[in-house]
Parts: sequence; C-alpha cells; structure tokens
Amino acid sequence: MVVEQVSVFVENKPGRLSKVTRILGEAGINIRALSIAELGEFGVIRLVVDRPHEAKAVLSNSGFTVGINRVLAIEMGDEPGSLARIASALGDAGVNIDYAYAFIARAREKAVLIARVDDVKRAEEVLSSEGIRLLSAEELEDL
Amino acid sequence: MFEHRMETMPLKELKELQLERLKATVRYCYENVPFYRKKFKEAQLRPEDIKSLDDLAKIPFTVKDDLRDHYPYGILAKPLKEVVRFHSSSGTTGTPTVVGYTKKDISTWAKIMARGLATAGVTSDDIVQVAYGYGLFTGGLGFHYGCEELGAATIPAGGGITPTKRQIQILKDMHSTVLCCTPSYALYLAEEARKEGIEPERDFSLRTGIFGAEPWSEATRKKIEKALDLRAHDVYGLSEIWGPGVGMECEAREGLHVWSDHFIMEVIDPESGEVLGPGEKGELVFTTLTREAMPLLRYRSRDISVVDEEPCSCGRTHPRMLRVLGRSDDMLIIRGVNVFPSQVEHVLMRIPGIGDSYQIIVDRDILDVLRVRVEVTPEMFSDKLAELEALRRRVEEELAAVLSVSARVELVEPGTIPRTPGKAQRVVDLRKGKI
Amino acid sequence: MYWDREVETIKQEELEKLQLRRLKAMLSYCYKNSPFYRKRFKDAGLHPLDVCRLSDVRKLPFTTKEDLRNRYPFGMLAVDREEVVRIHASSGTTGKPTVVAYTGRDVDTWAELMARVLTCAGVTKRDTIQLIYNYAFFTGGLGFHYGAERIGAAVIPAGVGNSERQLLTMRDLKVTAFSSTPSYALYLAEFAREQGIDVREFSLRTGIFGAEPWSEEMRRRIEEAYGIKAYDNYGLSELCGPGVAVECEAREGLHVWSDHFLLEVIDPESGEVLEPGEKGELVFTTLTREAMPLLRYRSRDISMVIDDSCECGRTHPRIARLMGRSDDMLIIRGVNVFPSQVEHVLLQFPEVAEHYQIVVDRRRSMDLLTVKVEVTEKIFRGEPEELLKLKKRLESRLRSVLGVKAEVTFVEPGTIPRSRGKAQRVVDLRNW
Repeated sequence: MVVEQVSVFVENKPGRLSKVTRILGEAGINIRALSIAELGEFGVIRLVVDRPHEAKAVLSNSGFTVGINRVLAIEMGDEPGSLARIASALGDAGVNIDYAYAFIARAREKAVLIARVDDVKRAEEVLSSEGIRLLSAEELEDL
Repeated sequence: MFEHRMETMPLKELKELQLERLKATVRYCYENVPFYRKKFKEAQLRPEDIKSLDDLAKIPFTVKDDLRDHYPYGILAKPLKEVVRFHSSSGTTGTPTVVGYTKKDISTWAKIMARGLATAGVTSDDIVQVAYGYGLFTGGLGFHYGCEELGAATIPAGGGITPTKRQIQILKDMHSTVLCCTPSYALYLAEEARKEGIEPERDFSLRTGIFGAEPWSEATRKKIEKALDLRAHDVYGLSEIWGPGVGMECEAREGLHVWSDHFIMEVIDPESGEVLGPGEKGELVFTTLTREAMPLLRYRSRDISVVDEEPCSCGRTHPRMLRVLGRSDDMLIIRGVNVFPSQVEHVLMRIPGIGDSYQIIVDRDILDVLRVRVEVTPEMFSDKLAELEALRRRVEEELAAVLSVSARVELVEPGTIPRTPGKAQRVVDLRKGKI
Repeated sequence: MYWDREVETIKQEELEKLQLRRLKAMLSYCYKNSPFYRKRFKDAGLHPLDVCRLSDVRKLPFTTKEDLRNRYPFGMLAVDREEVVRIHASSGTTGKPTVVAYTGRDVDTWAELMARVLTCAGVTKRDTIQLIYNYAFFTGGLGFHYGAERIGAAVIPAGVGNSERQLLTMRDLKVTAFSSTPSYALYLAEFAREQGIDVREFSLRTGIFGAEPWSEEMRRRIEEAYGIKAYDNYGLSELCGPGVAVECEAREGLHVWSDHFLLEVIDPESGEVLEPGEKGELVFTTLTREAMPLLRYRSRDISMVIDDSCECGRTHPRIARLMGRSDDMLIIRGVNVFPSQVEHVLLQFPEVAEHYQIVVDRRRSMDLLTVKVEVTEKIFRGEPEELLKLKKRLESRLRSVLGVKAEVTFVEPGTIPRSRGKAQRVVDLRNW
C-alpha cells in the first residue's frame, strides 16, 4: 500500500516555499507533511497532501515542474522506540530507506513516517509480518 | 634499427664502453657535484678507485630523498645558465623532485627515445598519437621528441586533460598508426570506442602500441592487443633519469632492452643493498653514463625486476630487464601517476576539520580508481548538505592538485575506518589480479 | 633587442619585394600541390601568373574555417602525408575539429617566429620561462616551448591548472618570465594573495599573454600584481598557432611578421579591403607554409592596421589589440567556444534542448561558462537524483566537446527569456 508524494523543483532562493504553499492554500489543498531537500543552487520540496493530482495540476499551471512519487506512510505509536522498530525491521531485511520524514497526528495519538525505500514490495512484506501498519491515502486524509 | 652498430655491439665491447664512460662520469660527478664529492669523501673513495665495473659496488647509493633534499634544483652538475629544461615529479611529501636538462641532455634523450620507438617497430612513416600527459611529467614530451627525431608525424594528444572522446575521434580520423599511453588507459579507450559503435579493427589504423608508466601483465597485453588490434610493447623509464626510454621491448618481447651505452643497470637486494646476479629478483639501480645536467650514480629506482644478459633473438646485445614486478616502497601507481600515501596524508592534515582517520582504497574498473575515505568529525559536520558537499569537493580538489590524479573522497561515519597503529591499514589495494 | 635583426628591420620596400616574391611562389605552390586551391583558382578563372602586384591578392577568393571543416581531416594538405611531422587540432564549431598539419620546415619556421616573439618581450637565454598553456592539441604550449628552446632559455613546461604548484614552481625555480592567458595571470595573482604569497617578491621580469582579448586595464593590473612588463601576443592555430604578431617594447600595437604572413583588413560584410586606420576583419595569406598553406584566410578577428613607423626599429606593420569578433565565437579561458557547439551537445539530450541559455561571467578573474537549463517534467519526475545525474552527464559531454569546463545549472520553467533572435541564447557579462 503506497501513497503519492508530490515533489516540486524549486530554485534555492527566497520566496519559493511561500509561493508553492500559497498556491496550494488557494486551491484548498491541505498539506499533511512536508520536507525540503537542498542541493546547492536548487532544491526539491516534498509534500504529502490530501489531493496529490490536483496539487500537481495547480502547481504545474503556475509554471512549476512537479513529479509524483510513491512512498510508504508507516504508522507508528507516538512513544519511544517505535521508529527504531520500523527501522530495524527494514534494515534487517536489507531494505534501504532513501529518505524519510515524520509527523504526528494528534487526533489519533499516532505518528506517521513517510519513507521512500528502494524495495517497496519487500518493505511491505517485512512491515506487515512485524505487525506494522501502512496507511492508505484515505487514511492519511482522515488524520 | 635506429643505431645498428651501437645496438648490436658485442656485450664485451659494450661493457668496455660502459667502463670508459663510468670512469668519466664518476670523475665528472666528483669534480662538479658537491653532493657526490662529499659522498665519496665519506666513503673514503676517490674517482681513480673505480677501475672495473665491479668497483661500482663501492659507490654509495643515491636515493629519491637525496634529490628532494637538494630542492629546488636537484643535484646539478652544470651551472643554471646551461639548463634549458626543468621537469618535476611529486615527492613523498609536499616537496617535488626537480630534474634539469642541458641542451645536450635533451638531444640525447630524443635519440634514446627514437631508438626505443624504432625498437618497438615505429618508423618515419607512422602517425604517432602521444596520449601521455605533456607538461611537468616527462612522458608526453619524451615521446614527442623521440617521434620528431625519428621523423614520424606526431600528434600531441596529451593525457588526462584531453577528453577520451577526442582521443577516439582523432585516432579514427587521423588514421593514427601508433598509440602511446598507459596500458589501463588503452583498455579504457577501447571500451569507450566500442560504446560509440566504433570497431577498432575496422575503424582504427593502429599497428603498434607503446604502453608504460604503470605495471601491467601478459594477460593485459593480450586484452589490449585484441581490443585495439595492434602489437603492444612495454616501455620503462623514470623521471629522475630523463623520463621514458630507459628500456624498451623489441619484437621478441621477452624483456626490455636497457640502453647500456647510456645506463648501467644493477639489481640489488633492497634490504641489504647487496648486488645480485642475472636472474635474481631485486631492486633495479641505475647509473647514468651520458647525462650532463644531473648525472646519477647508483640511483635506487625502487622498482623490482630481474636482469637477463642472454643474447636476444632480435640481435640487440643490450641486457634486458623483465617487466616491473613490484615496488620496494609503498608508492602506488594510479593511472600512470606515482602517488605516495604520505602525500594524501599531507593534504588531509592541512584541511581544518579533517581528522586523522582516513583510508586510501585503490581499485580498478578498467582505469584505476583512487578513493579516500574520511571520517566526519564534529568540527566539519554541517546540517547543510551543500556545505558538506563543498568540503568533500574541496578535499577532492586539493588532492587532485597535489597528486596530479583525481581521487574520490567519501565522507564516512566516525569509527568506520579500522584503527591500527601500523601503516598497512591506511592503504587497501584491491587491484591484485586485475593488472 | 632583436632575434633576427636583418629581417625584423628590413626596409619597407625590401619587405614588400620579399612578400611579392614569396606570394608568387606560394600561389604557384598552391596551384601545383593543393587540389583545393587549384580548383579555387579555376573556378575564379584565375591563374597564379595573374598576380603581379601585392594588391592583386585581392583577386583571390577568401578561405574560411568552413572550408577547412569541409575538407576535414586532410583535404587542405599541400604535401604528402609522409612529409607531415606534426598534427594539431582545435575544436570546431559543430564537433569536427580543425586540423593543422606541419612539415619539419613548418615546425622550424614556427620556432623561429616564436623566438622573435619572445625576444620582443625581452626574453633571453638567461631567462627561466614557465609556460602555462595546454600542450595537448592546442598550439599554445608547444609553440612557446619551441620558441623558448630556440632562444636557449630554461623552459618549464608547466601546462595548465594546479595553481598551487604553478606558484611553487615560479617561486622556487626563480622563474623570470611566464606566459599564460591574461585572465589566468590575474587569477593566479589573486590566488597567491589569498595564500599570503607576494608574487612581487618573485624573480619575475616579463610576461607574454595571449589566446584571448584583454585590455589596457588588465595589463595595468597584471603589471602591478607581479611587478613585470606584460606583452600582448596574437596568433591563430590555422596559421601555425601563436607567433603571428607580438608587441615590442613600445607596446603600441603588435608587429605582424610580414615576411611570413601577408595581412589585409576587410569589411566583414562586403569583403572589401580597408585602409590602414580602418577597423575591420584581419585576413592572412601564409607566405611560407608548406603543409597547409592558406590564401586570404578570414580570421574573424576585428582590429586595424596602425599606419605609422614604430620606435623599436622593426618595420613589420602593426595591428591594434583585438577589438572583437565578426562571428559569435566566445573565448573562455583562452579556449574558443562557439554557441553552436553547446547547441550541438544539448541536441543530443532531446529532453533538455528546448530552453537553455549560455551565460559567461568572470569571477576572481576566471571565466565561468554556465549553461542554464529549464527543468521540465521530461527531466524531473520527483527525485533530485535524476537532475544530479543529468547534470553530470551534460557537464562531462560539454567538457569533452568544448574543451573547457561548463557548469550546468537548473532553473525553473519560464525563467529564461524567450525570443526568436540568437542574442538571447548567450549572455556575456564579462568586462575585459
């Protein structure tokens, strides 16, 4: 079970994040999680939003170059040791986490780890055998 | 043959000539080089004590550090105004080794190179692509002057800074018949040419290849000959003694003829310094017989090989050395460039934030790859990826500048590099069996 | 001080007589030995004997870089291949290099011309000269090398790059003269300053700079930084390399060695020959080249002839320092780069070809070539690694085709100005 992440190419200069988020805000798109990768003169804003394809459309219309990638949304308890459990399960199975970022869903007293892995299928197997839940796009929206 | 009489002179006569030239060289050194006079006095030796070739063993060795100690001009036997060329090579630490040449040295070198090229079958009708580095390194200009002396058409293609695509295009379009470069670069070139849809046997006009500046094997020779459709010859030289051209393989390709009218070659036990006989493996030691600006007596090459004085089927009488079998020090040869681990350390030490935990890894993926793994210390860590990347690049740039060969720097977590007091762990050479 | 007093101070009429004699011989030589030129003569309804005066050279059609490229690699040779002892190649406008071949006598003449050049700049056999030019393919390195050797100076074939080693060499070997591009000379001085090294304390006396245009202001800065006298030098690889013209101690224009090259200045549009003092494109006819003679070769360099005798006593006519180009060629760190070459590379990457811009700037005295590429969904699908990989591939391909490093930067779509004209493709922000 994978969710779609929106990646936006931006030049590394003031005002770009504000522009991206304003466009999404005006379109009524809600951001669930965000991270920024900086790579010298440019960067990539990664977003998990409630309506990824619509987000892509509005951003593209405003001239941004946008990609959509498949990432895992892994549910974890908001308590010490939860992330370690996930990481060691994947690590022991030889699955590499390319990057990850996390957020807390207060309403459900849960935390969510958004992770891009090199072997999605293997990751799904390992996590499910460990009893770790993956969240669907719909579940993310409800958080 | 380029100089038939000299190349086929009976060994006995050749040795007489050597003795005559040795006596003159010893006297010349004694009279013109304070360094040698001092050495002779310390050894209680006078030039007239050298009466036979065997007496050579009485003379103390000269080592690379002696040259470095005489930086910048080296052990010059001629006033500076007679020097018309300087080359330099990197030393074990930051100080380079400078080698000076008189006008006569340059022309002698050109003749030695021309003789070598002819020995490898090159003629004045050939188009020679010289893909060795030009500049302070002696390879490019050494071959260049030799080709010119021979009357061949020379293409100064250069080494590392020339893109490989360009080398390939010129090889094809100029119908180059001879290629001179390092053996690993020859293989790389063949590989890249194939990627571009070029079939060397159809698209190139190569006949002969002269490969050196790094050790290689018979297996590599076969690979190169097949990949580029040419006959491959080994060449030997060292920059302290002119540069390339000290030894060259003839058509028999059973060892490299060392031009004994210009050099006396000895083999010694690198530990005891004792002189070994033909057929015994040891370190090559050279004495120059015709050098003006910087004559060297018993210079320790640090290269390990075996000498063969048996007659060769080609008719040349000059003794042969086998292909170089190894080194008696920790020098690495990376893509034809001599690299000492101490140079890497020297660079790392002067970059703030870089600790003393590093490791040098050498591997071969057609071409040599030099990797330097450096542990990230708290002083150098930044949460900005761009800053870490800039630091990594800076180390790479400084290494490239000092080593004259590119290195890939990898930042690793603290504690990942094995710690031992010994030096061995610092360098991991994974090329064994790939050369 | 002269290298060859007799020739360098030859009387004006004598020089013209010598030129005419050599021109006639050259034309017959081309007619006889160069299929290309024989056809040219025939097409123009001309015979070498039709040239009776120097000005009759105007009857001949021009030769262009295009002609050289169309006859790549050996179609311009006037000798058998066995006579060729050296081959240089410079990068061409669209991938094919321009080949320059030399006979033994050509190499010898070139060394002689370079000895004159170095002597003009005050270099003698007592000097130690550091040559900071590329030796591979490019004619700069070996050109100066052979000239300095001819004079008997101590030559340090330093090659390009590695500024730290350049400085060490310069200081420790007590170098008295050096040659490089003027921008590298300035860069090296700045680099030294940052390292706390005062290059004015070195033993340097004189410097010869070329391979790119420079100004009096740059000269002043170089001279001040090093405490040397700086001389301008001009050449082009098609004619031999450096050694076509050089400044003497008066430094009021560059003497063109007119016993070997016949110079004209033309209007680049109409092709009409201009008078001394009029600005136009330099056109050269080689008078002594054996392997690859060129008749009325269009250099594309803009300058003018200075109509006055020189105080140094040399009678060879002078040209003013270069004032520009009559084509769109850029000179980046001494390397000739045509925008069409960049285009040629980008066309091999269909996903990026659409919108790009070449920006040339100068930072710390060094030219920087940047190719800006707009990021579209064809090259970015969400992962930055795709861009980093593409950047690497593009940069390595550009480096290999242009012979000079180019940096690729990614910009957001729509940020590169659109227009039909070619001008927008190239932005040159440098001050010379």
